[in-house]
Amino acid sequence: MSVLSVRNLRKVFKSGGFLLKSGGDKVAVQDFSFDLNKGETLAIVGESGSGKSTTARLAMRLLDLDKGEVVWGDTDVTALSSQALRAQRKHIQMVFQDPFASLNPKMKIVDTVGEGLRVHNPNLSKAERRAKVLETLKLCGLGEEVLDRYPHQFSGGQRQRVGIARALIVEPEVLVLDEPVSALDVSVQAQILNLLKQLQAEKGLAYLFISHDLSVVQHISNRVMVMFAGYVVEEGDIEQVFNHPKHPYTKSLLDAKPIAHPSQRKAAEDIAADEGVASEGCAFALRCPIAKDDCKSFDMQAKDGVACLYPL
Amino acid sequence: MLEIRKLSLSIPVSGQHVLAVSDVSLQLPAGKVLALVGESGCGKSLTAQSLLRLGEFQGVNKEAGDIVLHDKSLFDLSADELRHIRGGVISMIFQEPMTALNPVFTIGSQILEVIGLHTDLDKQAAYARALSLLADVGLQDGETLMKQYPDSLSGGMRQRILIAMAMAGEPEFIIADEPTTALDVSVQKRIIALLRSLQREKGMGMLLVTHDFGLVAEMADEVAVMYAGEIVEYASVTDIFDNPSHPYTQALMNCRPETARDTTELTVIPGNVPSPGSWAQGCRFAPRCSLARDVCKTHASLDVWTNDNHLARCVRVGEGA
Repeated sequence: MSVLSVRNLRKVFKSGGFLLKSGGDKVAVQDFSFDLNKGETLAIVGESGSGKSTTARLAMRLLDLDKGEVVWGDTDVTALSSQALRAQRKHIQMVFQDPFASLNPKMKIVDTVGEGLRVHNPNLSKAERRAKVLETLKLCGLGEEVLDRYPHQFSGGQRQRVGIARALIVEPEVLVLDEPVSALDVSVQAQILNLLKQLQAEKGLAYLFISHDLSVVQHISNRVMVMFAGYVVEEGDIEQVFNHPKHPYTKSLLDAKPIAHPSQRKAAEDIAADEGVASEGCAFALRCPIAKDDCKSFDMQAKDGVACLYPL
Repeated sequence: MLEIRKLSLSIPVSGQHVLAVSDVSLQLPAGKVLALVGESGCGKSLTAQSLLRLGEFQGVNKEAGDIVLHDKSLFDLSADELRHIRGGVISMIFQEPMTALNPVFTIGSQILEVIGLHTDLDKQAAYARALSLLADVGLQDGETLMKQYPDSLSGGMRQRILIAMAMAGEPEFIIADEPTTALDVSVQKRIIALLRSLQREKGMGMLLVTHDFGLVAEMADEVAVMYAGEIVEYASVTDIFDNPSHPYTQALMNCRPETARDTTELTVIPGNVPSPGSWAQGCRFAPRCSLARDVCKTHASLDVWTNDNHLARCVRVGEGA
């Protein structure tokens, strides 16, 4: 059952205007679609600027789309007013990357986590709200003692637990997680990943999981979309894509995965700076080891989940 | 050889000085890469910055010990000598390429400034030197680049420029504090390859501060694992990966997702790194250690050499466990 569905999404960022002269527009997300099912984790991987976070923000309706449709559960939210959207937001919630920047330093944990309830459950009394906050914090591995504390009294891992609790309190079906563990130490990262898996098993949550760490993605996801320059260049089952990449970009990403043991070091490696993004044809052509002439006019339409003329 | 001898540092915490690094000894020979590994808050960066005596600007005090560069104590140097050492003998690459460059000056003026500090080249020669430094770090179109401002460059390009600036004084030692953490995976790989080739080519000694075992596997010759202000294990990189002896090292390696393939649950280290001033009596890792026994709670562990080149600070190691 699809709990989040995105159709033919497109977003262009205009540059310049007002005081600056208008520059070239940047296509951030280029016409693509996906469905996220109940209880499933769909990962989006790719480098900075590939459109991962933009996709997440479009799916959350935090950014206006230029084209396409966004459906939460069975509600089409594409054209909803911000007020009507607000009521629907309990369906889908977001956890941010930086647990230090995403919590209000002047608010007690009980108020930060309970804020969503004021909107979505306005009839609760203060005591009821506090009880609900505590229940959710416990679910995330925190105890009663944290209720009246402030964010600066917590470590990064604890703050991220607070961030997850804040998202969960309105009982959403979908969590959008934008690099949720990349600011954390490995030891703490493992705690948060375990928590996410456990919550998913208990509540049947669906995750849209954005990360540049392929080991983390492989550990937590069922499916993956690989993005490059606003295009989804490959998508599919996680083991299939990671073990048998078909797009040269996916392969280059996987080849860049950190090694697990010093014996895997390679003698010589390319140290040159990466070429950029091609403005016409296949966007990856400048960096592709197997690019041919006709790649320069390829429209990057995906076939069987791969947007490449010469899949591996 | 650059050597830290039994160094203890304290930091100011609400008006008092609290011990944050205790009794740390490290040797950084020319041509070798020593990785300093541990979670945030273990004292890694503080130790690394002490090699340039940078902590003093933030009120860090040296409580005991010494840092010795070619048989001379860094603490005996005059301000002028110290200025020459910084960048001229020991250079530093910082973690955040986004904040380490000045946004209101061009790349060119920032590189030329560093070259001017460390050489007597005239304007033309300095410009040529800047171009060759940029070429060394894989940036071919130096002339255009020199006219640009940092905000028009990607994170990977900025990190390359910072590396070029660190190389300007032809240092013998380089300190890289999480040099790739802020970068994309594919960019990371290239920067790692670049750092390694520069380090080998110029025979520099490198202190690599990181929490990333992937980076350690790629670059290090030796590894020192730090926990709560002290070195708990010190060995060659293959020894650390094949034969980690301290429970903290083992736990750190086991909680990486890549070692936990096909299991639903990752290994975790319960709790958090204790902040300076709240270190446990006895072994500092004991409160989080799954193998801790009564003796660990009362008695600080001593360094044990498991063989000539492998040190671990754990009672179990002494018993041959």
